[in-house]
Amino acid sequence: MQLFTCPFCGPREEGEFHFAAEAGKARPEPAEEVRDADWADYLYMNDAPKGTAREVWVHVTCGEFFVMTRNTVTRDIVDIEALPGRTA
Amino acid sequence: MSGWRLSSGGGIDRARPLSFTFDGQPLTGFEGDTLASALLASGPRILGRSFKYHRPRGLWGMGGEEPNAILDVTHEGKTTPNVRATQMALQGGMALASVNAAPDAARDRFGLMDLAHRFIPAGFYYKTFMALGWMRWEPMIRRMAGLGRVDPAHHPAADVVPMNARCDLLVIGAGPAGLAAAKAAAGQGRAVWLVDEAGGGVGGALRWRGGTIDGGDWRDFASETVRAVETAGGRVMSNTTLWGAFDHGLFTAWQRSGDTPDRHWRIRAAQVVLAAGAIERPLWFANNDLPGVMSAEAALHYLRLYGAVAGRNILLATGNDASYPVAAALAEAGARVTLADARGHGPAAPEGVELLRRAILTKAKGTREVGGAVVEGGHVDADTVLVSGGYTPSVHLWCQAGGKLDWNAEVDALVPRPESCEMAVAGAANGAFGLQAALDQGHRAGGGSGVAPRAAAAGDWGLMPMRPDPTLRGRTWLDPQNDVTLKDVKIAAQEGYRSVEHLKRYTTLGMATDQGRSANFAGLAAMSAITGLSIPETGTTTYRPPFTPVPLKTIAGPRRGELFNPVKRLALEPLHRDHDARFREYGGWLRPSVYGDGDETTLAQAEAKAARDAVGLYDASPLGKIEVIGPGAAELLDFCGYVRMSTLKPGRARYGFMLSETGIVHDDGVVFRLAEDRFIVSASSSHVSSVRMILEEARQDRFDPSQSFIHDVTANWVTITLTGPQAGDLAHAAGVPDRLLALPHMGVVETMWNGHPARVARVSFTGDLSYEISVPARHGPDLHDRLEAVRRADKGRWIGLEAVMILRAEKGFILVGKDTDGVTMPHDLGWGGPRDKRKDEYFGRRALFTSEARRTDRRQLVGLITDGPDPLPVGAHLLAEDGPRRSLGFVTSSHVSPTLNRPIALALLEAGQNRMGEQLIAFHLGAEQPVRVAPACALDPEGGRLNG
Repeated sequence: MQLFTCPFCGPREEGEFHFAAEAGKARPEPAEEVRDADWADYLYMNDAPKGTAREVWVHVTCGEFFVMTRNTVTRDIVDIEALPGRTA
Repeated sequence: MSGWRLSSGGGIDRARPLSFTFDGQPLTGFEGDTLASALLASGPRILGRSFKYHRPRGLWGMGGEEPNAILDVTHEGKTTPNVRATQMALQGGMALASVNAAPDAARDRFGLMDLAHRFIPAGFYYKTFMALGWMRWEPMIRRMAGLGRVDPAHHPAADVVPMNARCDLLVIGAGPAGLAAAKAAAGQGRAVWLVDEAGGGVGGALRWRGGTIDGGDWRDFASETVRAVETAGGRVMSNTTLWGAFDHGLFTAWQRSGDTPDRHWRIRAAQVVLAAGAIERPLWFANNDLPGVMSAEAALHYLRLYGAVAGRNILLATGNDASYPVAAALAEAGARVTLADARGHGPAAPEGVELLRRAILTKAKGTREVGGAVVEGGHVDADTVLVSGGYTPSVHLWCQAGGKLDWNAEVDALVPRPESCEMAVAGAANGAFGLQAALDQGHRAGGGSGVAPRAAAAGDWGLMPMRPDPTLRGRTWLDPQNDVTLKDVKIAAQEGYRSVEHLKRYTTLGMATDQGRSANFAGLAAMSAITGLSIPETGTTTYRPPFTPVPLKTIAGPRRGELFNPVKRLALEPLHRDHDARFREYGGWLRPSVYGDGDETTLAQAEAKAARDAVGLYDASPLGKIEVIGPGAAELLDFCGYVRMSTLKPGRARYGFMLSETGIVHDDGVVFRLAEDRFIVSASSSHVSSVRMILEEARQDRFDPSQSFIHDVTANWVTITLTGPQAGDLAHAAGVPDRLLALPHMGVVETMWNGHPARVARVSFTGDLSYEISVPARHGPDLHDRLEAVRRADKGRWIGLEAVMILRAEKGFILVGKDTDGVTMPHDLGWGGPRDKRKDEYFGRRALFTSEARRTDRRQLVGLITDGPDPLPVGAHLLAEDGPRRSLGFVTSSHVSPTLNRPIALALLEAGQNRMGEQLIAFHLGAEQPVRVAPACALDPEGGRLNG
């Protein structure tokens, strides 16, 4: 059972968190200018890297989204930060 | 019948005999015995049968490594299957039964299987039974092979207490290394948890081997350590199996207790010291599986702790010095002992022991139990054969935590590779078999500085590597529980299963309930001898939790039955029960299905009819209420929803959808605008949390989060809905002010009523005039009482969810997830407007314009009309009357309408809107029924009833 540190609440067990998205994906818009393939890419194509991954997670208990950098092999948590422009 | 009991000595209370039975035979043990020590001392040797050949099996070890002595234990009318005899304390009146044996271990009728051993080697099942269809053979094989029997009548109580703990230092194993680590850390004021699997106190091997530490008996050192740990705020727990190491330093422990319920601990420690000791290896000779062949270390354990002697005429075969004290102790106890040492050199012969040097045991004689042995070609008279093939460090938890192993030739074992895991390791688990070395390593691992506790003698011992001999004649067992012999490893190697992971799965080596504690090394060594690869090159199998079998009830704790996935409960549940409500789960909520006695379908029909004819009341509290507040609220809702809400006027409500980014309908419901900057989203009761998350994600990741706030207040309000032509009359009689009742359809107002806040809304899930009255949950009973006081006089009736389902289906109102599936988009439901007209960005917008979304043959919501009185089966597929027989869609909801007096149904149908009036066939489990396509709304399509 991994421990993640919510920037607002502190360390909690992984069961309190949900994965939201890979960090850094920009939503392609406006819709009129987005090709089918690009939209499908945005929805379904994830890097799922082996090693260091930068991801958006949500601490369901408090409802806050944040960015977590973690190693998917060693399970090390490398960095945790609030969303850009937000402070914990 | 060779084991016996000394007249004194050991930790048992001879003044308190305990009667028990084994396979029906009455026996006596003493207070303080384990099942194993009591059986050993009272004589029966065949305690079970092996898995495959049904060979007799006797006691081998002393703890979790025991492969053979597995029993079904019945006590006070309750049977616990597959108990390791070495790990349960004896209680008076216990009935023990052998497993995998019929009628009992001594007279097992499947014992004949052994005669066929030549024909059923490794891989036999795969090769033989697959060809004729495994399903035909499986029941027969299952009857013949297996362990204990579960008593279906015995439901173990959900009484295991889950506990969470943190400590500064977790020490696993309370032998000399663990004690030294705990003492050093506790001395620095750290909170230490010292955990040991064995019952009967701390000390590990010191308990039977004894020792002098810091100039005194080891017991003084142990009690000082316990005192120091407890003084520093730590805990000492014996009878506690540390069974798993998980991510980020989580450890789980099963604490057994005789009188109180067991506990299941989840421990997170700042630092961990593994001091789990080592397990003795067997030796490999012909018939080494006979009852009466036993671990030498275990024999000393039973002698010293329980006064139980393994035999009268003992042959001890070994290749290391550690067996010499065992021989000495047994001789002193009065047994005749022959010590056969494979080495030419070794310590002097202990007093009273006949020592044979360079003597290798090649065969045990006997058919049902040991009756002699062959050493160096000569017969040795013996009723018991004790063996020691060296020691294997217990590295399971090290490896579970991700640690790696290195081969250490000096101690002839795989030992933890330094720094490959975050925990520290000390003592025999680290290959340090001597007492002083264990104390040194433990002291350092516990953070101790200066001099470690001193042992009187170093306790180091010499050993010679012992290996299975592939050239030996006769059958040599590697895994006694799963019946894997040396020959099976040869077959696996011949057939190409040379990787240890393949070897394990092909032969089942190490897959028994002891998880290869005593077998894996031998299998590894045998494969290494056959392939010519070294042991490190051969490698080990993967270690996974649990370390020892743990009852599922321990892990489940109280999370069973009602508490497995607890339902949400209505604030007014007791009042509904007073009205004879019958409850069922709907979307995670326990809600009334119908009220009163009788057939549920009949009651639901009557309730639905009453609501159409007069007025029905239902508890709508689970309907989601998510407040979205702030100057940015309208913009946020516009983006997250399919239907724009920024154009909604305060005091008004609008029906809309929430999509996922894939354009699929995620939820539907009404949004109320209470003020310019205040909305309430009524999500479906089962979608509240996901709708909240979609809103939150957009609020935080797209908009300025300071401009809006999202607050789920579902549980804070009680909502009762009045529906039917006389809803207004009943509300009026209950004292609801007329100005509220004058609300237009889709109007909402907040007010004070009877001294507390209330919200009244005119929205309708039934197509009839409806008032939703919401009050803060604590005032729910008051609202109920006011309505109930006038209900009967106004012909009002409480209606359950079953009736509500009929009412909404008559109107063609959908339930997302029931009348929609994983590809339904809003235009499939007749809601194409926003898709066509909206020019701004919204959640899921782009996906509504893919080529898939534009197809004209998408499945669309329709109604179905059928002849005859019976409703269509939900899930029935729709087929064309002629042409290819493929599914055009399926029935999603189906009821009998008491108002229309005919069955009604909703369906998702390919190009459904173009098929109005078309005749189709509903196909279900071979039966066919003609149906006609109709609009989804079957009742009052003009909407005249909305205003009563």
